[in-house]
Amino acid sequence: MIALLLRDLRLAMRAGGGFGLGLAFFLLVAVLVPLGVGPEGGVLARIAPGILWVGALLACLLSLDRLFALDHEDGSLDLLATAPIPLEGVVAIKALAHWLVTGLPLTLAAPLLGVLLHLPDSGQVWLVASLAVGTPALSSIGAFGAALTVGLKRGGLLLSLLVLPLYVPTLIFGAEIIKRGAAGMAVEVPLLLLAGITLGAAAALPFASALALRINLR
Amino acid sequence: MMPDLGKYAVTVLSSYGVTLVLLAGLVALSWARHQRVRRALQQAEARTGREG
Amino acid sequence: MSIWEYANPKKFIATAQRVLPWVATGAAVALIMGLIWGFFFTPDDYKQGSTVKIIFLHVPAAMMAINAWVMMLVTSLVWLVRRHHVSALAARAAAPVGMTFTLIALATGAFWGQPMWGTWWEWDPRLTSFLILFLFYLGYVALWEAVENPDTAADLTAVLCMVGSVFAVLSRYAVKFWNQGLHQDSTILKVGEKDPLDPAYYWPLAVCIAGFILLFVALVLLRTITEIRLRRLAVIEARERLGS
Repeated sequence: MIALLLRDLRLAMRAGGGFGLGLAFFLLVAVLVPLGVGPEGGVLARIAPGILWVGALLACLLSLDRLFALDHEDGSLDLLATAPIPLEGVVAIKALAHWLVTGLPLTLAAPLLGVLLHLPDSGQVWLVASLAVGTPALSSIGAFGAALTVGLKRGGLLLSLLVLPLYVPTLIFGAEIIKRGAAGMAVEVPLLLLAGITLGAAAALPFASALALRINLR
Repeated sequence: MMPDLGKYAVTVLSSYGVTLVLLAGLVALSWARHQRVRRALQQAEARTGREG
Repeated sequence: MSIWEYANPKKFIATAQRVLPWVATGAAVALIMGLIWGFFFTPDDYKQGSTVKIIFLHVPAAMMAINAWVMMLVTSLVWLVRRHHVSALAARAAAPVGMTFTLIALATGAFWGQPMWGTWWEWDPRLTSFLILFLFYLGYVALWEAVENPDTAADLTAVLCMVGSVFAVLSRYAVKFWNQGLHQDSTILKVGEKDPLDPAYYWPLAVCIAGFILLFVALVLLRTITEIRLRRLAVIEARERLGS
């Protein structure tokens, strides 16, 4: 399983910028929104939590269709399905690899973009915390969507249609944490709920994803 | 006959209008598709001489 | 005699065709009666004026929008567990109907909200949840359309329906958490409490709800028959291609 993780990470680093793409997209969103909204610091600070979370969501989505599609095309997915490790484990590892190349860099880069969007300093900690807690859920929900659409020719658009509604709870709690944190209010409740979603998604969704993959490989 | 809807006439009437149009559209589409498929299946079964 | 006998498509079509005229007539009678009663013969509310008449469309549509999803969840589970094709096709047949009801609930809600809350759209928990429900329906229907192999499509949509249900419930609570909202609580279940729905509205509303339920059943029966026949047609055509 470690070997699979390393292989996926190496592929992501090598395969034509798939690694930096999500990060660059995230940066673009944070630059374009002030250009559209106007440079007033107060307005930007108010919408910053939402913008950063929506940006993270979309950046995550960008690389999702490659999660299983490449392996499906060259047949290595069939090999993995018949390999001695359970398919559920394969899905979980692939989601973990996806998180390491998208969610983790996004989390680390977020404070910089928070500064660009005039997020108050008190919100910075919670920005990083909420992304660190929430982005694993994005990857494992996304893996489910990718597993559903893996055999389809133009799966990318359908994938976003399927996955984005599933992201709603994560988005709401994630942005709420930053908003409350920046305003100096208690954040325990949304933080715990977000952690619950992440843990639940990481624990249960690999089974659904593996089921969908088996159906698609039949 | 027509009840006095007062100042909200447009609101109430457009609600009823939209709903009836949507429902009628749904029924009409379902029915048209039903008929089309039924006829196509009858033809296909007549061609093959196989009984449904 | 068990309910599983209707898993046989032929038997299902025969029974559905016998039942369908009755259900359809019942739906038409109840809807026409309920809506005419509601539209022409109910008094204006002292606070909401004549807009209260929208309740006869808004509430039944919203109820059935949720019930349609629940029905799809049940039939999807039956398909996954017992592999009865009729069940999967019934879920497929119900989705566009549920989607239309969701749209009706949203549209009438917007029309109702305009004079009452002074805005067409309010990011209120109930309205927002329905918008999210609409997106779920959209994804479900799109997945059915996109997958070519019918059994694969049935399996995948069933899995999506189950996972989607969990997330739909989660979204509902998340949205509640996010904004407290203007929408009043449901009034029909408040019978016996301090602010019950006036009986003048209660009975026409009950008739309308019955009408929407019957309409839903009739449409699902009709559309399921269509789906079964479509499947049969595909089989015959495939056989012909092989033969010729």
